[in-house]
Amino acid sequence: MTLQSTQLSGIEAREASPRQSLSWFRRYPQFTISPAILVALLALWWLASDVLHAPTYVVPPPEKVFQALVRGLSRAPWDHASYWYHSGVTVWEALAGFAIGSALGALLGFALSHWPLLGKSWYPYIVGFQSLPKVAIAPLMVVWFGFGLQGKVFITAVITFFPLLVNTMAGYQAVEPERIELARSCNASEWHLLSKIIFPSCLPFLFAGLGVAAVLSIIGAVVGEFVGASAGLGMLLMQYNQALEIAPLFAVILLLGLIGFLMNLAVGLLERRYCFWAQRSNAAVRT
Amino acid sequence: MLHGLFRWDRVVLMTPGLAASASPHASAYSASPLIVARGLSKVYVVPGAGELTALKDLNFEIYSGEFVSVVGQSGCGKSTLLKMLAGLLPYTAGSVALNGKELRGPSADAAVVFQSPVLLPWRTVLENVLLPIEFRKLSPSRYKQKAFELLEMVGLQDFVQRYPYELSGGMQQRAAIARALIQDPRLLLMDEPFGALDAMTREQMNLELMRIWSQSHKTVFFITHSIAEAIFLSDRVIAMTTRPGRIAEVIAIDLPRPRDLAVINTDRFGRYAAHLRALLNAGGGVSE
Repeated sequence: MTLQSTQLSGIEAREASPRQSLSWFRRYPQFTISPAILVALLALWWLASDVLHAPTYVVPPPEKVFQALVRGLSRAPWDHASYWYHSGVTVWEALAGFAIGSALGALLGFALSHWPLLGKSWYPYIVGFQSLPKVAIAPLMVVWFGFGLQGKVFITAVITFFPLLVNTMAGYQAVEPERIELARSCNASEWHLLSKIIFPSCLPFLFAGLGVAAVLSIIGAVVGEFVGASAGLGMLLMQYNQALEIAPLFAVILLLGLIGFLMNLAVGLLERRYCFWAQRSNAAVRT
Repeated sequence: MLHGLFRWDRVVLMTPGLAASASPHASAYSASPLIVARGLSKVYVVPGAGELTALKDLNFEIYSGEFVSVVGQSGCGKSTLLKMLAGLLPYTAGSVALNGKELRGPSADAAVVFQSPVLLPWRTVLENVLLPIEFRKLSPSRYKQKAFELLEMVGLQDFVQRYPYELSGGMQQRAAIARALIQDPRLLLMDEPFGALDAMTREQMNLELMRIWSQSHKTVFFITHSIAEAIFLSDRVIAMTTRPGRIAEVIAIDLPRPRDLAVINTDRFGRYAAHLRALLNAGGGVSE
């Protein structure tokens, strides 16, 4: 086999298509069609507020929202009136809760799957907790932790815990029995079976759970701030809402959307790096 | 007429004292058998349905360096038999010894090639081949050279750093064979390894396997439901009946080696095939 023929197999061969330039538009819709959709949506927004004169407390003009965004972002990050500061607080709460919740969820998922007795005995409680709307405990957080960060981290951890727990258990169930037989036929230790076969096999499921948890973590932090906080984007939302300052309210909502998008992107990049061998489609278990 | 052609080994094989004469290669390789099975049985307890006898009273020997196939239709317990020899399933009655030692769990003397390649998709071909070395707590770096040699033997020298999804089905199964051979087992247990491949690739893999077998001097225990494949590859073929799985007959294949695909068209091959087909049909149907 020559060097040339081996190089042609796989990805390189597919990328060397001569029709590349023609189909570029269709091939990368995220760089062509997606921005077009954004432009269309902005145009609609502008049409509703500036041409059709919708009330500003319903649809604030885009330029007002943009001004509020620029004003909030042009201040220094340590300035308590800047959006940087409040975004930082919310992102910190979300990330800390996400890290704690998803780590515990994955660990418990492995434990409950690996020791079936443990799994079966805890199963009814897990189902019970899972069907509980987790945001319902948010008001309790003020009682337990006051207005500080801990309450927000706690509720975010509770919310992100379940997608990881459920996905890890689903992933464990889905490990090909032949992979386990292969390990057993080589006299593999229990630890090797877990670390070299089961854990990597579960990775696509773990990443599906992390994708869901990333989005939920922002919700957890914001809801936590709703019920009582001295800083954060959720607190800003409440303040602007009470003062009927709708344009800055929209600016904060846009910021939250952007943060959620970036977190999802980060999980996606990590997945491409560590899970390049799996197709995401066969690992989607949503909670 | 037929009696003159076939070696009727069934009676001989069941009698331990005369077992050695049953294998045409026995004297050439080793005097004592690598595997001895006596009264080997497997009963599954099915919840709500009582007991299911998968294998009943199997008696056979396999000699060092032999290529032995098991043919039988689906459900005759041939995969169960292989898993028992691999130490992956306990047997319920009788005994089986590998290399003189009673089998109790996976042995370092045996390596398995499964129906599907079971390559780990996050590992390169080389890393997959070295996996058993890691499982056996040996140093992978010391086995790297051997892995390269084995991959060259199975014709994958240009795909060492590739991932399994970049390989065809036949190439993946070659990698699985290399992974089994790196453990330097005395016994290679193969569970319909080419069953999922297309007919052309399968013939190619059969030829490759014969070459690998003759180069590596391993004993091969090969499960298949293809009569032609069994005859083509084997020194002896164990024909099994269904429910419960029993040995119908053990047939020595007296075809000269090395064999090429032309042997399939010879009269003698045809008569072996006809005889095996009749045996398996009597046991309840056969798939080619």
